[in-house]
Amino acid sequence: MSGSDLATAFAADDPAFVPYLAVGDPSYEASQAYVEALAEGGADAIELGLPFSEPIAEGPTIQEAIVRALDAGMTPERFFEFVEDLDVDVPLVCMTYYNLLYQYGEVDEGERRPRPFVERAAEAGISGFVVPDLPAEEAGPLREACDEFGLDLISIVAPTTEDERLERLVDVSSGYLYVQARLGVTGTDVGAADRTAESLERLAEYDLPKAVGFGIDGGEKAADVIEAGADGIIVGSALVEIVADGHERDRSTAAVAADLEELARELKTGARRGYERRVPRPEGS
Amino acid sequence: MPAIRELEDAYERYVLNNEDGFVDEFRRRIEDFGGRPTPLQYAENLSARYDTDVYLKREDLLHGGAHKLNNALGQVLLAKYMGKERIIAETGAGQHGTATAMAAAHLDMPCEIYMGERDITRQRPNVFRMKLNGAEVVPVTTGRGTLKEAISETMRDWATTVEETHYVIGSIVGPHPFPTMVRDFHALISEEARAQLHERAGQLPDAVLACAGGGSNTMGTFHHFVDDEDVGLYAVEAGGSSLAVDEEEGVAPNSASLSTGTEGVLHGARTKLLQDGDGQIVESHSVSSGLDYAGVGPELAHLVDEGRVQPVNVDDDAALEGFHRLSQREGIIPALETAHAFGYLEEHHDDLGDVVVVNVSGRGDKDLAAALEETEQRDLSNAPDMGEFSGGM
Repeated sequence: MSGSDLATAFAADDPAFVPYLAVGDPSYEASQAYVEALAEGGADAIELGLPFSEPIAEGPTIQEAIVRALDAGMTPERFFEFVEDLDVDVPLVCMTYYNLLYQYGEVDEGERRPRPFVERAAEAGISGFVVPDLPAEEAGPLREACDEFGLDLISIVAPTTEDERLERLVDVSSGYLYVQARLGVTGTDVGAADRTAESLERLAEYDLPKAVGFGIDGGEKAADVIEAGADGIIVGSALVEIVADGHERDRSTAAVAADLEELARELKTGARRGYERRVPRPEGS
Repeated sequence: MPAIRELEDAYERYVLNNEDGFVDEFRRRIEDFGGRPTPLQYAENLSARYDTDVYLKREDLLHGGAHKLNNALGQVLLAKYMGKERIIAETGAGQHGTATAMAAAHLDMPCEIYMGERDITRQRPNVFRMKLNGAEVVPVTTGRGTLKEAISETMRDWATTVEETHYVIGSIVGPHPFPTMVRDFHALISEEARAQLHERAGQLPDAVLACAGGGSNTMGTFHHFVDDEDVGLYAVEAGGSSLAVDEEEGVAPNSASLSTGTEGVLHGARTKLLQDGDGQIVESHSVSSGLDYAGVGPELAHLVDEGRVQPVNVDDDAALEGFHRLSQREGIIPALETAHAFGYLEEHHDDLGDVVVVNVSGRGDKDLAAALEETEQRDLSNAPDMGEFSGGM
């Protein structure tokens, strides 16, 4: 499996902080400032959500962000321009749904979808993909295109993913594994039981870095997840809530960006604290 | 979709291999509780009108007033065999929600139904029916508040609760094994119709017509005729007010995904979709909320690609005229979904051969208010004059 620069986001002795924002929420310009604020606040990689009309893996917070972004005119082509315009030097991951990859561009004879999308993403500076509605069984063509252009394909592992399926999932994955802390959709509401430790234990035999997401809303939770053995944290809804609140109360882009940067710092610091709290593991494990 | 493997396994064991007598129990219950077999009725007046033998498969007489119970009862029973403790479902027109609520009450399972806000307004009687059967109705406020959003929201619930919950999907859509499983439960329609016509007329039909939204009654009505190559199969879609997609507004004023859709991926299936050039799913529209879905079952899309099924459509006006025609000529008030098939029959009866079977997928009681309102706004050729009674529904 080929690797991109995503591997550098997961350093051996520094837990990775991977934030998510919906691109274009609530406007192209504000969204640029927000992503740059996250990089400033210590992000090691950033997941950029390309809005799709049927985001079945998202909870209410991110659904609403996607609606705002679509209403403000975000499209796949604008998304690529957005990535090219960004002034950040951390790896960028595109999180979206398969139909947008599938429809993009024209395929020449003998060429397979979603190659044109992956080619354009690579050119714009994207390092990898998260596609929540693409099962491992159907991921072959995307994996092939990622290999061709040196991009990563990140898979989501649910607490209920059976061991047999896990193998297949890890087989098509690179970059990192997106480990769901609980069942359900994205959001800070921790409704179902947190199963981080249990999931990490099941994944221990696999070499890929494990980043845990779903329900991390502050430094303490970040510390707990890293202490439990995660290599990184993924945070979306808690950050998107700041964007939503800023939009609702008509706050300035600078003020919202400052709050995002502050929460980013808290999350990164929390992750480091969790790492220090971790009981040193015996060598070779 | 973590639950899909478990469901696939259960489908193979119980539905395909009749483990623990599942199929026997399903057939017994759909007869005793559901009222199968439904009649195949010779429609004397329409037959005379068209000089064609028209037979009606009366799924409107199935318990609940639509074909939907076949699938709902099958899946709720399967959930019981799987040891699940809770049922969730989405509904558009409310017929699938009603059927699921009935099946859940019958089999003593708690049940929640997700329904778009807009559909809740359009289909109040069915909301009451669901609640009367003990189900909880959860309004879905995202998007335009119709079937597509209700499916997304039910999938989100299922992703959270999958260990104890079964999602009774309402059509032949979604990830495998849903499309084939839902078709298998509805295939009773064509199994019976084929045998009934053989007994009555000693022959196969020349054409079989069924309305098509997601496509569950369509595939149920076609399934046992697919191998009979001389039988024409017509999937009648909602042409709405126009067949074009308005890219600017992200709206298709129709639900004709078989006729005009392009290949894409939605809700875990690769099929024909109403979408814009970027791949964003557009809002569909039809006078009948049960056909109001931007996708269609993948098997039906495949049969269209192979040329085995003809995708055809009629617009809102023709459907409403079909609604009034069947009511006046045969004494059967059909669902607005079903009415599309009769709109097509009126326009194309000359091309369909001598013996035609039309699936009456549901009865129209749920649609009375909407049908009268839509009728008042148009200049239809055959609408009754409601005069002083109008506006009172």
